[in-house]
Amino acid sequence: MGKKESSFKNMLITLFVITMLAALALGGVYNVTKEPIALAKKAKAEAAIKAVIPEFDTIKVFKVALEDGTDSLIFNQGYKNGELVGTAIESFSNNGYDPTQVRIMVGFSSDGDILKTAVVQQKETPGLGSKMNDPKFKDQFNGKNPNTFVLKVKKDGGSVDAITAATISSRAFCDAVQKAHTTYLKDGGSK
Amino acid sequence: MNQLANFTKGFIRENPVFVLLLGMCPTLGVTSTAVNGLGMGLATTFVLVCSNIVVALVKNQIPDKVRIPSFIVIIASFVTIVELSMQAFVPALFESLGLFIPLIVVNCIVLGRAEGFASKNNVFSSALDGLGMGLGFAMALTILGSVRELFGNGSFFGMKFLEGDAILIFILPPGAFIVLGYLIAFINKLRKTA
Repeated sequence: MGKKESSFKNMLITLFVITMLAALALGGVYNVTKEPIALAKKAKAEAAIKAVIPEFDTIKVFKVALEDGTDSLIFNQGYKNGELVGTAIESFSNNGYDPTQVRIMVGFSSDGDILKTAVVQQKETPGLGSKMNDPKFKDQFNGKNPNTFVLKVKKDGGSVDAITAATISSRAFCDAVQKAHTTYLKDGGSK
Repeated sequence: MNQLANFTKGFIRENPVFVLLLGMCPTLGVTSTAVNGLGMGLATTFVLVCSNIVVALVKNQIPDKVRIPSFIVIIASFVTIVELSMQAFVPALFESLGLFIPLIVVNCIVLGRAEGFASKNNVFSSALDGLGMGLGFAMALTILGSVRELFGNGSFFGMKFLEGDAILIFILPPGAFIVLGYLIAFINKLRKTA
């Protein structure tokens, strides 16, 4: 069989059939993968909560509006034997190098110290900004109190050692942690 | 013999990166580490093989004047399917590679092979061509990534053997151009003498 002639009718039919088949295939795959993707994202957020606060047996989840009221953060208070062991706050920043939000889980102790941080979502430059996931960068926040440890990179007069050649990503990380802290204090902190 | 040549030509003789100079955008962009290069290369290989097979299957049904948009739709569909499936079933792998998957659509190697080879050859040769070209691409990206990681970060496949930062420019975009230039010169020398 030879090539189909490039007549208007043939071209129209071909493109229509191809795009329709593609749409059907993608729709099908989307439906099949929708649930596993949501589960995987949830599992990741849960793993991040476990990573930033000490062991807990029950968890209380609620939303707290940001100071400027534009959005809200999810608070996860972990309790063990009825006692508050820490609050994991999922915070975000829109100031990353990539348009995708940088989402950071920040754990606070009841004294308002940062326990640990974990990256929930980032699409920063591989090999540069993506190093925010390295212990070398994110562990410098551990055990610090944002009242004395200024959540800005050193270039901006803060206390944070930026990732080399990724100041913008470092700023986004600080921004997210700062948001979490401000909202935490606004909510009453250690109450 | 001819089929073997279809497979092996992608490694050195017609290596997409070092000889054909195709797909420079992902080549320069993602090769800051060896693992990133390898991951991008393998994901591209998968899409290349699938799209080459499908294009070879439907080549006679597609009128010449609309072949490019048709190929693009086929390639983009495969890329999206790969992205969604990885995100759903292997989230850990998606974590490290997810970033590069959408970039495969804009990789002109995939379209280049669909247009230059699969649309003129049978399914089996096209699959071999896709596999060979993809592996050649993966190899080139891994070499480029290893060299940049070695000098720029003092590590090899993530294993660090130098404390602190090394020569940072190798990780930054100019480093990609410098290393690629020297590698192409080296491969040209090899091809001349061989």
